[in-house]
Amino acid sequence: MRAGRWVADHFVMVVALLVLVYMFLPIFFVVLMSFNDPVSRLSYEFDGFTLNNWTDPCGPSGMCASVVKSLQIGFLATLGATVLGTLVAFALVRHRFRGRAATSLLIFLPMATPEVVMGSSLLALFTSVGLAGTLGFWSILVAHIMFCLSFVVVTVKARLAGLDSSLEQAAMDLYANEWQAFWRITFPLVFPGILAAALLSFSLSFDDFIVTNFNHGNTITFPMFVWGSAQRGIPPQVNVIGTVMFAVALLLVLSGGLLQRRRPA
Amino acid sequence: MSVAAAEAAAGGTVGHEPVPPPRRRGGSGYLLLLPGMLWLVLFFLVPTIQLVATSLYDPSGSLDTGYAMTWSFPNYWHALTSFTAPFLRSLVYATVSTGLALLLAYPLAYAIAFKSGRWKNLMLVAVIAPFFTSFLVRTLAWKSILSDNGFVVHVLQALHILGPDGRLLATSVAVITGLTYNFLPFMVLPLYASLEKIDLRLIEASKDLYADGFTSFRKVTLPLSMPGLVAGTLLTFIPAAGDYINAELLGTPKQYMIGNVIDSLFLVQLDYPAAAACSVILMLAIVAMVLFYVRRAGTEELL
Repeated sequence: MRAGRWVADHFVMVVALLVLVYMFLPIFFVVLMSFNDPVSRLSYEFDGFTLNNWTDPCGPSGMCASVVKSLQIGFLATLGATVLGTLVAFALVRHRFRGRAATSLLIFLPMATPEVVMGSSLLALFTSVGLAGTLGFWSILVAHIMFCLSFVVVTVKARLAGLDSSLEQAAMDLYANEWQAFWRITFPLVFPGILAAALLSFSLSFDDFIVTNFNHGNTITFPMFVWGSAQRGIPPQVNVIGTVMFAVALLLVLSGGLLQRRRPA
Repeated sequence: MSVAAAEAAAGGTVGHEPVPPPRRRGGSGYLLLLPGMLWLVLFFLVPTIQLVATSLYDPSGSLDTGYAMTWSFPNYWHALTSFTAPFLRSLVYATVSTGLALLLAYPLAYAIAFKSGRWKNLMLVAVIAPFFTSFLVRTLAWKSILSDNGFVVHVLQALHILGPDGRLLATSVAVITGLTYNFLPFMVLPLYASLEKIDLRLIEASKDLYADGFTSFRKVTLPLSMPGLVAGTLLTFIPAAGDYINAELLGTPKQYMIGNVIDSLFLVQLDYPAAAACSVILMLAIVAMVLFYVRRAGTEELL
């Protein structure tokens, strides 16, 4: 009986680790392929080892420009969505108003709509008001703020709803005015939620392909560059960018985790 | 994306109930809401209405000459009959990959919640790690993994699961593998959040009442993880049904899903009414299935 349970316990763990291997396999391949020396433009196999992709990451024309474009859009979309979404989250948790159910539905719907529907709707709208010819940086930004907003509201709202308001009341008892109580107590406590929402927005925006594809005009973001070159043959440097992205994100998360451990909230 | 998901998952497990602040009346609430909600109305709600309108335009118009609103409902019939196969493929691929994701995610989420001990945070980071690099680059990596001379194909050929000329790339198997992989974290995280909240004493109690491991799982753990299971399946199914990146990069036109059709109708063939009709059908089909599923699963409070 005990032996049976031991096997059962470890069986779950073994399956779990195998699933993690499945999840990591493509990342391993992205790193591997960043050292690939492909025999032809359309080769997806590992043909030979080279460091050339790493010494000349911006070799393929337009690729690094597309990364810069994605970073710009990601930064501005994060700023817009985080500010607008945080305000909405505060209103939802801290204020009474009419139309709460309709508001919640409008926030929920974009998260439940497939991207292809959102992207094509925006294109239909922009075309019908005669803006189809001007699509580009601004329309990508507008779309990204739209689909990041709901995720910001949900993330900040979860943090805000978990706050103990007796802390604020204590601050007010100690003669803090509302403004001081907000900036000294509430905001620092909500900040981890806002930061998480901002990181989420950035990765959603930076990585978005489908909505962008419908509304990009002639502006090329990094996912648009990868998509475009998939038809002609992917330059191996794409995997260098993929590897760098992975390393930066991992470093951010791990250092965030260490900081939290040092200063228990 | 990850970071917030983990944050949200962790945030849901606070032990004591915090004191909710009093909600304030008055106009300032509307001021806080206004900019965000205006954005959603202008760039989500109005476009969706415009999409429905476009789907009813006279199909004989064009982008150059302009479209006339003729309430042309036959557009829908036309879309359904011309693109039956991609519609069905989207449905089948999304259902199969959601089922597979559930099978893979449940043991993983269970192990993280109950068996991981001090490795818990590390395993959670590992779950969200795939998000750290680009969706398209990851999907292209599957092209290398499943390639004709890759180790996966060689192993399957050696085991006689694949014939000597058998391949994975450019088949439904490749597209479903990619879909399952790409949306797996969306299944793991809500499942983990649900499992993590389960009071272990309930499972012990069921054991005290002579339930064996399987009965205790079926009668206690599984029902208590239903909210996570429902949220996870929806978060996986919805993007999978609308996705066309996997079908495009790992499949061929024979594996095209409705997303590929919508993309091509809108951006290549410029047939806006047909494209919009396909989009609206996809949206309605998903809403209908979600409502039906949530009713059946008995977790209506989720919506």
